[in-house]
Amino acid sequence: MAKQMHDTPMLDQLESGPWPSFVTGLKRLAKDNDMMVDLMGQLETSYETRKGYWKGGTVGVIGYGGGIIPRFTELKSDDGEALFPAAAEFHTLRIMPPPGMHYDTNTIRKMCDIWEKYGSGLIAFHGQSGDIMFQGCTTDNVQPAFDELNEMGFDLGGAGPAVRTGMSCVGAARCENSCFDEGRTMRMLVNNALDDMHRPALPYKFKYKVSGCPNDCMNSVQRADLATIGTWRDDMKVDQEEVKKFVAARGRKYTIDNVITRCPTKALSLNDDDTLTVDNPSCVRCMHCINVMNKALSPGDDKGVTLLCGGKRTLKIGDLLGTVIVPFHKMETDEDFEWLEELATEILDFFAENALEHERTGEMIERIGLVNFLEGVGLEIDPNMIERPRMNPYVRTDGWDEEAAKWAERKAQ
Amino acid sequence: MSEPRMPIESGVPEMDAYLHPVLKKNYGQWAWHERPRPGVLHHVAKSGDSIWTVRAGTQRQMDLYTIRKLMDIADEFAEGYVRFTIRSNIEYMVSEESKVQPLIDKLESEGFPIGGTGNSVSMISHTQGWLHCDIPGTDASGAVKALMDDLYDEFVKEEMPNRVRLTTSCCQINCGGQGDIAINIQHTKPPKIDHTQVANVCERPSVVARCPVAAIRPAMVNGKPSLEVDEKKCICCGACFPPCPPMQINDPEHSKFAIWVGGKNSNARSKPTLHKLVAAGVPNNPPRWPEVSAVVKQILSAYKADAKDWERIGEWAERIGWPKFFEKTGLPFTKYHIDNWRGSRNNLNSSAHIRF
Repeated sequence: MAKQMHDTPMLDQLESGPWPSFVTGLKRLAKDNDMMVDLMGQLETSYETRKGYWKGGTVGVIGYGGGIIPRFTELKSDDGEALFPAAAEFHTLRIMPPPGMHYDTNTIRKMCDIWEKYGSGLIAFHGQSGDIMFQGCTTDNVQPAFDELNEMGFDLGGAGPAVRTGMSCVGAARCENSCFDEGRTMRMLVNNALDDMHRPALPYKFKYKVSGCPNDCMNSVQRADLATIGTWRDDMKVDQEEVKKFVAARGRKYTIDNVITRCPTKALSLNDDDTLTVDNPSCVRCMHCINVMNKALSPGDDKGVTLLCGGKRTLKIGDLLGTVIVPFHKMETDEDFEWLEELATEILDFFAENALEHERTGEMIERIGLVNFLEGVGLEIDPNMIERPRMNPYVRTDGWDEEAAKWAERKAQ
Repeated sequence: MSEPRMPIESGVPEMDAYLHPVLKKNYGQWAWHERPRPGVLHHVAKSGDSIWTVRAGTQRQMDLYTIRKLMDIADEFAEGYVRFTIRSNIEYMVSEESKVQPLIDKLESEGFPIGGTGNSVSMISHTQGWLHCDIPGTDASGAVKALMDDLYDEFVKEEMPNRVRLTTSCCQINCGGQGDIAINIQHTKPPKIDHTQVANVCERPSVVARCPVAAIRPAMVNGKPSLEVDEKKCICCGACFPPCPPMQINDPEHSKFAIWVGGKNSNARSKPTLHKLVAAGVPNNPPRWPEVSAVVKQILSAYKADAKDWERIGEWAERIGWPKFFEKTGLPFTKYHIDNWRGSRNNLNSSAHIRF
């Protein structure tokens, strides 16, 4: 039997309405959990005053420097006593899920049992960087809770200036657009950098995200320091019988208005017999026509990945999308995976050595220029990396002949 | 005393043990899919195998009783395997079509909405807010709950021109990320500085370095080393607050919401884009933030009525033009919409392309 509930008239208003209510869940936990009783007291206070009351601190597990998000209450009386003492410590454990966030019920039940024993009973599936967030733990219980989750085969994710938990899409497990093994790739990238995840010593965060096709369901272009996006370089596949069926079912006008004219590079043409002609060299693999006609159209067979570097959100210099650093590489053989692992290590090392404090890769590249970055990590320039050539004359071109010769040499290979 | 237990540094676990057997068997061998109804996906593998997925919305921050209930449903009505989407929807995979309807009925009877697929408004990806963050200007779970109550019908139906992805963020770090519509805290006043604490708590040079507009400088205040802010330069971004909590940026009245549209990560049709500011000054009004819902619904109803099939919100705005966007949504156009940050002239109209 837990302590008496605080009045929560504001939170109570979030119990009505059709969407599942987290407040109803918090109340259910609070029936036999003092921490949740007081957590609701503090949260209600925040709703009343419109202020947050948590501060960070230093809480961890033996052997690691990160992965726990410490939270101590700042809501105290004049003599320094916590107003909601049972929730005075309310730390989070970030735990990395399997790629694609697949689970069997037994695993999740075991996680619930561990969290019932050591924590508040509140779990988020999942946080914004892709962790299972076990929310609400006392300092004393962090270590035993982690030990039991760790014995289950799960490990802490990233926090602070470190490699962060990675994300990969459902991909090959259940999607016909998958262009490579997304789960294996994400797992390889992250597990190759565990030291930089668990012992934070980078200039700032570093994120890997992996999407199986250019639909980029993992938002990698906007959020990842290294985005790995599936693509293909041969012709897209067309099942003309299915094209005809689509046109018969949806009509020519729909097909023209929603498939043919929506192609960003005008690479599609509907023939008089309701078959489709694709100008493959003009196709940029945007995915639109495949998304709309997924039974008739599909990616080609010569699949691989495009890599982009430097996506991030606002602070400090503004939003940046990732920039292409590798237009195409196969991702099939063990050698392909080793190549990516080595390149990712180069990029991470370069970032660790050259970024300023609190600078993301995107900001670093903006500061030093793409060419310096590419030279630093050992990648060759490619016209696929630019939207257009420079429009200003502020450049020294006295190495032109050597550079032109390099290009000719590469072309001759 | 026994040796301390050292962690098993196992990293990301292998997926195999957690995969539904039909997904494991057909890994990388899927042929096509269809959506028999909103919230249900039917994938067909090259082997001829089929898998039906039922997608349900959750509250993301879940108590373990809710989670156990979801697992009971998975064991009784599905096949013991689930996965979560990036937007915290739970997915149940079943290998027989006959299991789909009873599973839907059970989930609905337990209060979980079925939807979030295709051209719907899916669950909002969001942050932690007052529940757990150390620097939040607002709550996340509450604002999302209130908004999803209002958008429930758009989650369970697929009636939008294209998919709509919403995000919320409790500060300008924007952990919620880019979205078709992003609902983010926007501070409107410079930080209030507790000069008695700065020297004790903050590493002053690194705080100075965080400021995007070089508005912070070291100063002696009342005989103590502190920091001061040039309030004419300050853009109220809050970047100084995380490294220096005595520079309090959150304000119960002056921390407002701004609404952004047109963030798109997919490469489909147009290249990926970042979201654009369309409204600001929206009050931070718990527990149900009605003013936020009103603006979001205003934008969504204009988009739903006017966009062509497959146009995302940003693509729709680009086609009709921003003057029409403000006209159709009824939102005011102000000087704050005109970019003045680095590269801003790329965001101005340098042509005679004018719509009438």
